[in-house]
Amino acid sequence: MDKMQIKNFIAKRVARELHDGDLVNLGIGLPTLVGNFLPSDIHINLQSENGLIGLGPAPTEETYDADITNAGGQPVTLLDGGMYFDSTLSFSIIRGGHVDVTVLGCLQVDQTGSLASWIIPGKMVPGMGGAMDLVTGAKKVIIATTHTNRGKPKILKQCFLPLTAKNQVNMIITEMGVMEVRDDGLHLLEYNPEYTIMEIVESTDATLVINNPKVMKLEV
Amino acid sequence: MKEIIKISDLKNHLFDGMSIMVGGFMAIGTPELLIDEIVRLNVKDITIICNDAGLADLGVGKLIANGQVKKLIASHIGLNPEAGRLMSEGLMECVLVPQGTLAEQIRAGGAGLGGFLTPTGLGTIVEKGKKIIAVNKKDFILELPLRADLALLYGTTVDKYGNTNFTKTTRNFNPVMATATDLVIVQARKMVDRIDPDNVMTPHIFVDYIVKEEE
Repeated sequence: MDKMQIKNFIAKRVARELHDGDLVNLGIGLPTLVGNFLPSDIHINLQSENGLIGLGPAPTEETYDADITNAGGQPVTLLDGGMYFDSTLSFSIIRGGHVDVTVLGCLQVDQTGSLASWIIPGKMVPGMGGAMDLVTGAKKVIIATTHTNRGKPKILKQCFLPLTAKNQVNMIITEMGVMEVRDDGLHLLEYNPEYTIMEIVESTDATLVINNPKVMKLEV
Repeated sequence: MKEIIKISDLKNHLFDGMSIMVGGFMAIGTPELLIDEIVRLNVKDITIICNDAGLADLGVGKLIANGQVKKLIASHIGLNPEAGRLMSEGLMECVLVPQGTLAEQIRAGGAGLGGFLTPTGLGTIVEKGKKIIAVNKKDFILELPLRADLALLYGTTVDKYGNTNFTKTTRNFNPVMATATDLVIVQARKMVDRIDPDNVMTPHIFVDYIVKEEE
């Protein structure tokens, strides 16, 4: 798989975690692709933390409206039934546990469900934006990420970059497999048969609990 | 009736070292006309409270690029490399705050609250130096209220009384900031006689002055 195929593969698998009627917040980048792979019988409500629910696709020339943007400041559209609100209500929705699922990328994620995604000290300081609130408040936190970064593991025993949140991640989905954070460790629930279990273990710094994982069945 | 002032009158309400809350999210819902005037007047040592650092040539990014910002309190500065540079070179103090915490700090500042308890930031560097309080055996960070000297808002429709409506995603931080500063100036995209009372997002009692965009 090339880079884009990997991203689409991950997004497609994440989409299967979403249920009809879920309120979902997708992070910038790979997570945004998840919306492209929803089965036609599943309708979710997408939230954007800058103040809308009912996030639609990028506008055409006819539907473009400079006053409608997503949390990345990009122009978007509003779907039928959608609405706008201010930042305090937006974060009451987020912190208050009203978001069913948030899908975010990561710099590092660890086997205890801690996430690092907002700062590389001395190198990159973009800020946390709404990520800390999202990870703390959402009922289910899914990290959608490539399994490694330039060959280096991203799924660690313990994050060493500053955290976005401690022990809040529920699931990690990569091109190699699906992992779930449980009290007794990080379980490999599914694996991509393009890789051997040994390859997956070698690409993972975290200790994986492997107990008859299922095959990830997805066409690219 | 609310007093409509000229953009050139803005200088009467500005001073070096002041703190300013600026509405907008990635400069969507930011009163650019008011920002441009502050750039022109070159007011110094400003503390800016805004969701983000804007872009290099948009929103509060213009004040940052012009070296007028001493301290920035924001949730995100990633789209403005100049802000990152000034911060890492120690030329601008930058306090990064989780977005929900920032919104709620401003709300607390405007609502007469002494602070609030949030789980956001627990176990991260955000909790450093802050009080952790357990309620029903659950830990929370005590976050303090935030206020400023001046709020600059971008109203889409403002009526002659000062009632304001913010359209679509331009609303973001605008209404809450209206409550948390000593003075509130709204840039009005459009002035009308009367906004439907049901559609007022910021009641006129919060608004001090209006600057009309047409001028």
